[in-house]
Amino acid sequence: MQLKESFAGTLESGDIHVRLMPSPTPGLTIHLESSVACQFGDQIRRVIAETLAELGIDSAEVNATDKGALDCTIRARVTAAAVRATGKDVWAD
Amino acid sequence: MMFVPGNNPGMMADAHIYRPDSIMLDLEDSVTMAEKDTARLLVYNALKSVDYGDTEMVVRINPLNTPYGKKDIEAVVKAGVDVIRMPKTETAEEVVEVEREIERVEREIGCEGRTLIMAAIESALGICNAYAIATASPRMMGIALGAEDYCANLKTQRTPDGDELRLARETIVVAARAAGIAALDTVYSNLEDMETFRKEVEFIHRLGFDGKSIINPRQIEIVNEVFAPTEKAIEKARIILAAIREAEAKGSGVIAVNGKMVDRPVVIRAQRTIDLAIASGILKEEEV
Repeated sequence: MQLKESFAGTLESGDIHVRLMPSPTPGLTIHLESSVACQFGDQIRRVIAETLAELGIDSAEVNATDKGALDCTIRARVTAAAVRATGKDVWAD
Repeated sequence: MMFVPGNNPGMMADAHIYRPDSIMLDLEDSVTMAEKDTARLLVYNALKSVDYGDTEMVVRINPLNTPYGKKDIEAVVKAGVDVIRMPKTETAEEVVEVEREIERVEREIGCEGRTLIMAAIESALGICNAYAIATASPRMMGIALGAEDYCANLKTQRTPDGDELRLARETIVVAARAAGIAALDTVYSNLEDMETFRKEVEFIHRLGFDGKSIINPRQIEIVNEVFAPTEKAIEKARIILAAIREAEAKGSGVIAVNGKMVDRPVVIRAQRTIDLAIASGILKEEEV
């Protein structure tokens, strides 16, 4: 799927900033910065990957800066970045 | 009803901790045009995932005549919201249009009739049409005053006494009562002046409103204090309801309690006192 560089989210507490970029190589590359990476890094990466897979995105570079976001916030921010990157909304026009 | 901006995930996750009766996640005025898409997704995912317990969940959508309204309805109905709050409602037709959109989405996901509607009235035209709005759909559960836009439309401004809002408030309570739905008052934004806030809550309580919109958890305690019935009122209500139950069991009509005749309005008021006591957490349902 064709992507243009896009982002969603903020650096406020409880949020996550997600930047999505086209990847020169196949597959997902996730760079995660989080103060809770030791405990929840795998979980955050898994939610990012699952959300992108559900949206049909299997190749991208993701830069995520987490500020203690819940899974539902991660899903919302990744989806928003993906919608902006693809121009394809999840809601009917 | 506590207002929470729909673009603030931290506040959305924590709002229910303060135990407001209902939480209104806002997609309208508190969200910039550039973030309407992301706020909608945040609200959708929060409603699907956060355990809000028995807190009534409301979402204020954007009007249908904007590019956002239809998508807001699709998202929040699919997420299982309890109530959709319409902003700046002026006519019954606007309610019918929102109802039609809700029905379309509910049909698609197979849960017809689940989503209720609340209309915020924020203009002179809306006040003139208050009863028509309140009765525009069987899904209507309440009408609310939006004072800031109303005052702008009226070419006046808000004052601590609220004289400029008197007609609107009385009209909304009367229209809501005539329609058999709830009446909700507007927000009070000055968090530094809790004394005026308390006076305003006491005033709208006397007018007959069912509740107050708030913008900060610090305001919850005052609203609960004002709306909670006194121990004396609860005891009196319990005696009246017990007497009426006994009279019904015996098949007798008019009854008297402490030498005073108890008729239908007295019973209705007593029941409302008990309902408020339960809602305020003073009484448990099994104690009634």
